[in-house]
Amino acid sequence: MHDTIFHSVTLIHDKCMGCTNCLKQCPTEAIRVRDGKAKIIKERCIDCGMCIKVCPYHAKTAITDDLNKIKDYKYAIALPAPTLYGQFKNNPSIDLILTGLLEIGFDEVFEVARAAELVTESAKKLLKTGQLKKPVISSACPVVARLILMRFPNLIENALPLLSPMEVAAKLAREQAIKKHGLLSEEIGVFFITPCAAKVTCAKAPIGQIDAQIDGCISIKDIYLPLVTAMKNTKEKPLRTSSLKGITWAKNGGESYALNEKRRIAVDGIHNVIKVLEEVEDDQIIDVEFIEASSCTGGCIGGPLTVENNFIAKTKIQCIELPQKQIDDGIDIELESVKYSIPIKYQPISNLDSDMGIALQKMDQIKQIRSDLPGLDCGSCGAPSCLALAEDIVRGFANELSCIFKLKEKIGNLANEMVQLNQIGFGQGNQIKIKGENNESKRTN
Amino acid sequence: MPSERLTLKYEIDGFDFSAAGSASSDVKKILRKIGVSPETIRRIAIAMYEAEINTVIHAGGGVADVEINPTRVKVIFTDHGPGIEDIEKAMEEGYSTASYEIRQLGFGAGMGLSNIKKYSDNLDIKSKLGEGTVLTFIVNL
Repeated sequence: MHDTIFHSVTLIHDKCMGCTNCLKQCPTEAIRVRDGKAKIIKERCIDCGMCIKVCPYHAKTAITDDLNKIKDYKYAIALPAPTLYGQFKNNPSIDLILTGLLEIGFDEVFEVARAAELVTESAKKLLKTGQLKKPVISSACPVVARLILMRFPNLIENALPLLSPMEVAAKLAREQAIKKHGLLSEEIGVFFITPCAAKVTCAKAPIGQIDAQIDGCISIKDIYLPLVTAMKNTKEKPLRTSSLKGITWAKNGGESYALNEKRRIAVDGIHNVIKVLEEVEDDQIIDVEFIEASSCTGGCIGGPLTVENNFIAKTKIQCIELPQKQIDDGIDIELESVKYSIPIKYQPISNLDSDMGIALQKMDQIKQIRSDLPGLDCGSCGAPSCLALAEDIVRGFANELSCIFKLKEKIGNLANEMVQLNQIGFGQGNQIKIKGENNESKRTN
Repeated sequence: MPSERLTLKYEIDGFDFSAAGSASSDVKKILRKIGVSPETIRRIAIAMYEAEINTVIHAGGGVADVEINPTRVKVIFTDHGPGIEDIEKAMEEGYSTASYEIRQLGFGAGMGLSNIKKYSDNLDIKSKLGEGTVLTFIVNL
């Protein structure tokens, strides 16, 4: 089994203010605020990075590798995501960006955009066989792939059983380096230059294959400054082998465009993706052949580890102009080599109880507790909604007084009881009368 | 001792297409949390969705009562719409009495009742012209 507990998305404890921003935006309700700090429920997190994007205190981050890690290897290969090409001012050429990567210490570059073209060709072949369940859902976005495994088990058969461009690039780059330079596999370090937190998780615990192909992930954010500096001080070399078909994968709609599939849906933004998948699951979407779903707004260019605003990055990717003639790098791959080598499996989130009778009782309790809560879904209790709090109470992780409105009610009731006790004369001669002025002096304390 | 039975009630608004499907999607979430198998959840969700759409299109709204116990899910849709004239005919694939306008919206393909029958283990329809319809289906767990 894979270690599914590793997550790239993590909390910087000291920066967290315990507010409700991430709590309310998390698409899988994987966050709770406990003791004034956000906690990520690992079992539910799909590494979408929404919390990284919405945290005003920058208390959420993705664990990525330091650029210095490339020094641990005799031969370091950079795999730049196509998103990288849309991140710079003054629209530098792709050759200059790739040359810059060599300048900052990599020995070689292999473009993920090139691998994306190869995945497109393989997908075309696979779609032609007619063996895939329609609509076919792209598995390239690791968040969507994880979401399907956890929440849409009925759609596992619809997921395109192909490795992602990142994994294909890693495989090919390593094979080439071994062949060309006579290196041992362990002497080679393959590093993905990532816009995405979920890719970091995927690199460690791949979907659809056993062996991890990636030795490290460096975020675009972290590599940006050294790369810009290096690009200023170097002359570009002809390194690019990708074409627009692969580069366009950086934005949502690019993959299905490259596939040339007319009956397609391209959906972006994790909440929208969930809506579309719900409809597919309920047989409400018919006559669609292919669904390209990206967790981030705009596609990978909207990733949490990018530098440029995703709308500007989109225009930059669209404006890339390349010579018509395709560069022949002699790479050709067998369909079998990019297919999933192990079947993907349902990874359910734990239900209320393994005994369905008890689970039903608990669900009934949840319903009752929920109807008694104010229904504001304010998040002040630390759960994203009143329903989530009711569930947490039944699961034993919270109590009703976590709700500030319930707490206020309880305090009010207690105060009333004390006043009543006073009125029936309980306090006569004992000096525990509650007087208006005493109350007020207490309040100013 | 609390009972091992959960009852849920949903009001279904007539002619509100945007709200149709909200009951089935809520039930789906609940079934997932109590550990029903994904394939069974799918069958219940599709059958409920079809019944909801029918209630919206043909009856101008109604009520859905859902009763879950560890052996089965029972769903009862009650409406006070025009009733079904010929139930046997209505069960046929492709037969629909939906208006031209409704068909223009992409509904009324005549698959509703036949889909409910296909995805449920038991289907019962009681209907009286001018009074309404009670549709009950059961999916065994």
